Amino acid sequence: MRGLSLLLFITVAGEATTDLFVTVASLPPELEVSAAPAGTSPVTARHIPGPGEYGHPGIALARSEEEPAVPSTEDGESSHPHGGGGGGYEIVQWEWSYVKTPYIIASWLLVASVAKILFHCSQRFTTAVPESCMLILLGLVLGAVVLIASKKQTYQLDPGLFFLFLLPTIVGDAGYFMPARLFFDNLGAILMYAVVGTLWNAFCTGFCLYGVKMAGGIDEKVNAGLMDFLLFGALISAVDPVAVIAVFEEVHVNETLFIIVFGESLLNDAVTVVLYKVYISFVEAGPGNVYTADYFKGIASFLIVSIGGTLVGLIFAVILAFVTRFTKTVRIIEPLFIFLLVYLAYLTAELFSLSAILSMTFCGIGCNKYVEANISQKSRTTVKYTMKTLASIAETIIFIFLGISAVDKSKWAWDTGLVVSTLIFILVFRAVGVAGQTWFLNWFRLVPLEKIDQVVMSYGGLRGAVAFALVVLLDKEHVKAKDYFVATTIVVVFFTVMFQGLTIKPLVKWLKVPRSTNRKPTINEEIHERAFDHILTAVEDIAGLNGYHHWRDKWEQFDKNYLSKLLLRKSVYHKSELWEAYQKINIRDAISVIDQGGNVLTSARLSLPSMASRTSFPEFTNVTNYLRENGSGVCLDLQVIDTVPGAKIEEELETHHVLAENLYKPRRQYQSHYSRHFMTVGEKERQDREVFQRNMHNRLESFKSTRYKRHKKDRSQKKHKGSDAKEQDTSDKPRRNVSWQDRDPVVVPMAPEEDIHDPSEPDKDEDVGITFVARKAPETPKERPKSVPAALDACQSPVAAPPSPTCGEKNLPWKYGMGSLPPCVSVEANKIIPIDLQQAWNQSISSLESLASPPEPQHPRVSALSRLGGPVRTSANGKSGGGVGAGSGSNIGSPSSGQFKFPTAKEEEEEGALSQQQQELQALMSSLTPPPATQSAGKRRNPCVYLRSLVTVPPSGGEPQSRRPTQL
Amino acid sequence: MGSTSSTLLKIPNAEVLMQETGFSPAHIIRLHDRFKALDKEGRGYLCPQDFGAIKELAMNPIGDRIIGAFFSPGKETVDFSTFVKILAHFRPVDKDRPKEPNSPEPINSRSNKLKFAFQLYDQDKDGKISRDELLKVLRAMLGMQVTEEQLESIADRTIQEADLDRDEAISFEEFRKSLEKVNIDHKMSIRFLR
Repeated sequence: MRGLSLLLFITVAGEATTDLFVTVASLPPELEVSAAPAGTSPVTARHIPGPGEYGHPGIALARSEEEPAVPSTEDGESSHPHGGGGGGYEIVQWEWSYVKTPYIIASWLLVASVAKILFHCSQRFTTAVPESCMLILLGLVLGAVVLIASKKQTYQLDPGLFFLFLLPTIVGDAGYFMPARLFFDNLGAILMYAVVGTLWNAFCTGFCLYGVKMAGGIDEKVNAGLMDFLLFGALISAVDPVAVIAVFEEVHVNETLFIIVFGESLLNDAVTVVLYKVYISFVEAGPGNVYTADYFKGIASFLIVSIGGTLVGLIFAVILAFVTRFTKTVRIIEPLFIFLLVYLAYLTAELFSLSAILSMTFCGIGCNKYVEANISQKSRTTVKYTMKTLASIAETIIFIFLGISAVDKSKWAWDTGLVVSTLIFILVFRAVGVAGQTWFLNWFRLVPLEKIDQVVMSYGGLRGAVAFALVVLLDKEHVKAKDYFVATTIVVVFFTVMFQGLTIKPLVKWLKVPRSTNRKPTINEEIHERAFDHILTAVEDIAGLNGYHHWRDKWEQFDKNYLSKLLLRKSVYHKSELWEAYQKINIRDAISVIDQGGNVLTSARLSLPSMASRTSFPEFTNVTNYLRENGSGVCLDLQVIDTVPGAKIEEELETHHVLAENLYKPRRQYQSHYSRHFMTVGEKERQDREVFQRNMHNRLESFKSTRYKRHKKDRSQKKHKGSDAKEQDTSDKPRRNVSWQDRDPVVVPMAPEEDIHDPSEPDKDEDVGITFVARKAPETPKERPKSVPAALDACQSPVAAPPSPTCGEKNLPWKYGMGSLPPCVSVEANKIIPIDLQQAWNQSISSLESLASPPEPQHPRVSALSRLGGPVRTSANGKSGGGVGAGSGSNIGSPSSGQFKFPTAKEEEEEGALSQQQQELQALMSSLTPPPATQSAGKRRNPCVYLRSLVTVPPSGGEPQSRRPTQL
Repeated sequence: MGSTSSTLLKIPNAEVLMQETGFSPAHIIRLHDRFKALDKEGRGYLCPQDFGAIKELAMNPIGDRIIGAFFSPGKETVDFSTFVKILAHFRPVDKDRPKEPNSPEPINSRSNKLKFAFQLYDQDKDGKISRDELLKVLRAMLGMQVTEEQLESIADRTIQEADLDRDEAISFEEFRKSLEKVNIDHKMSIRFLR
């Protein structure tokens, strides 16, 4: 949205921007620093490009000029904009002037984006060279091209554009996704570095430069006094958020280190703003007119700017959170609210000349928790992607324009003494400042900052576009040495971003700085860490210390009792954070297991038994690893593509099958790309679904393949039923359609099994053979056709299928369960099934039940899964090993025993008593019969075991759909 | 607070305590003051009721368990040295301290911190966190917001994740393993004021 507004704003180009400035300027500068000359509020001082700027307009302003644009690469066409405008009607009209502004902006964005693609072509290259360096280099090249083509630099990083549009996108992203807990845990250190550190840097650099000038180290031509140098010191001393984000995101230092440097770069904005404004006013007033009172006003101004900025941000955060409470009916504009209000927080702070970055940062931090809880999942994704996209593109543009601006020699004035001494001073004072402050902080810090951390912090003090924009804003009338300062700033920025950015990675490696891990906490860690928090709070209370945990607990109480009540939706308010965490972990694990499992299966179809032998538990440090290793034990139901249940189900089914056959293969090609997706964390929702689907397919295929292979070896096994497809081949599908439309199961006559088994069965039949069969109107289990049990009863097989919906009826696998995610069926299911899938899961179980014999009531696995209110103790049923293994594993050995009754059922099938879907399911399951039981029971990991073990559960009294262990 | 030396002298075994716990004299004095403040009747020991009088603790979901951790089984009182020793679990690990190879493991070591946390779960002291025990803690921490089924599924999941030997319970070893990646030194320490 901000992108749109950006385009909109710039479409009206300079006028709009200037209007805005005028509006701002015309407002009474309430918080104006005393000595500001009449008519120039601090805001205007910061944002209105000086008169000199209009001579070399930035990209926004350049376009607003009425005169024909200077020929350049970008708007070379503009040299003949009205060429065809003679007389009469033009068939094709050349409307360059009409589209010029957005056109150029879009072109720039395109160039920037394409540049990013190119940089990421080579993985090895990008790991060594930070993107920001490459972008600056690209900017230099582009700038040179423009310069050569037009003899005059047209484009430049325009401060107005930068502060109003580019910076907010980056800060908004940073603030909104700031890890709040980490930030507040280290708030003391961050504030210290941001305030004291920046002040220290500013004053030391300023005074020392002045000293060098006095000593003659800087050329005479640099016409600057003490105030000018202090001003320059102020703008050059602030660590730049854009540069820090760009460089540190690629370095992956540990999170504490990152948050300290990053937090500092954000929070020092208030200091920079105030210092800058105070000095500007001093410089403009002239050194003689500065009185002592002005210094105190400066300090007061600092307090107002910082605290005021924070307050504005927090107020907007509350408004935003409150608004999102009521967006339930208009989900589509939820992201818009977020972008607008966060941006408004920035603009409002600018309006009152408060610290806009502080305002936006705290707005983001403050609202995040409530907003994320209030808005829908899709909105969350939208916000995340949009913010990241905008921030990324803004960053790209900033760096490219930094490069381009550097080429513009007209604004340069080089003085080696100034440049060198500035570089030395900022490096030295940064290091000294960090060391001193850290020494002080470590008295109070629970976790002291090590020497290595200090080195990285000193070295990571990058300067960037903020400094550049500020120096460009200087008024040459008052600051005579502006050109020298601009040149020096450019060199400093380039040095820190390019040299330090390039070398910080090797440095971090060499120093062995603890890196951040991308590990997600396990449920154990979530629980125990929460317990730790409580423990620490209690211990602080007992020991009578009103320490950090005490206050954090106080805040959490307050938040829970008042804020959350006010800002959260009722439905959300009653959810527990731990519960949310639990669900997230569950879903994540399910996905990873399935993903891994799919790969394991497809890569090693025949090695299943050997895999089973590897399942001794102590080898795995945790269950997740264990599950990964044993992924083959997982089998899936198909996943939900679209969740709208409808009357048109038959047509959709047909479509689905057509699509499925065509889509699976392309999908599989992308399989390996999944885990390496560029946007790593959390953005997985969509992919998750695809993975479910993909792996389901893989798994089903591999089931079949194992089945066929086994049959090649051992034909005497009697359970093979699934090859009906082969027989019916082409006529099969139409028939199935009939069956779907039919409420009753269609009985498909089966050929005797011996005929069926054909090892040379073509591959395509495999797909058909597994086709899920469904009938329409499967919604309620009560509608379940009686014919199924009847048919089964008629067989008098010991199977005695319980009356429950058939597979086809209840689980249109790709379709059932409103809004529920794809269920997965697995032994390990009670570990990996996301809780919100459990309804679907139960449905699929119950459908399987209908086909199964009920020998083992309360099978541990299933009982765990379908546990209703009271806990069914996962009993001593066999070895606790694979769980499944125990019960069903033994059955594998002797197929005729226990629940494995399908062979007998087969005879009835020949009489045409069974529905086709049942046949198919049986085929599927029977095909999975493991090879003779060489393995010890409980070690088997063959999918079929699980399936069957699941199937063995007798239908519990409750309707399957009433079994909802959880509501979401 | 009085002058440092005089207060320190009044504390029995102050030297030994400092040796054992690593607290500084200032810490000990401060804790002693706190101890006396809690011990309203001046008996020289604390009862569970004394802890119960701490207002904030009443709001702590697992406050009772933490109070319980101060009392060794069967005992109804806690004296100052035990009080300090328990609190010493939460002293940050000091890296500067020279490591004497034959010295006993300090109270604030990682595994001692973990043991403290573990015993809060393991109320029946059988060395294992059973499902019921975990459920109780979860119920306390999650309050009324979560249904019983949800609690159970979390508990099941938790146990299955940590349970390496498949006995449906979490032993201390498993507990330690499940928290292997967590920086216990940071997360189970508080900064005692000097």
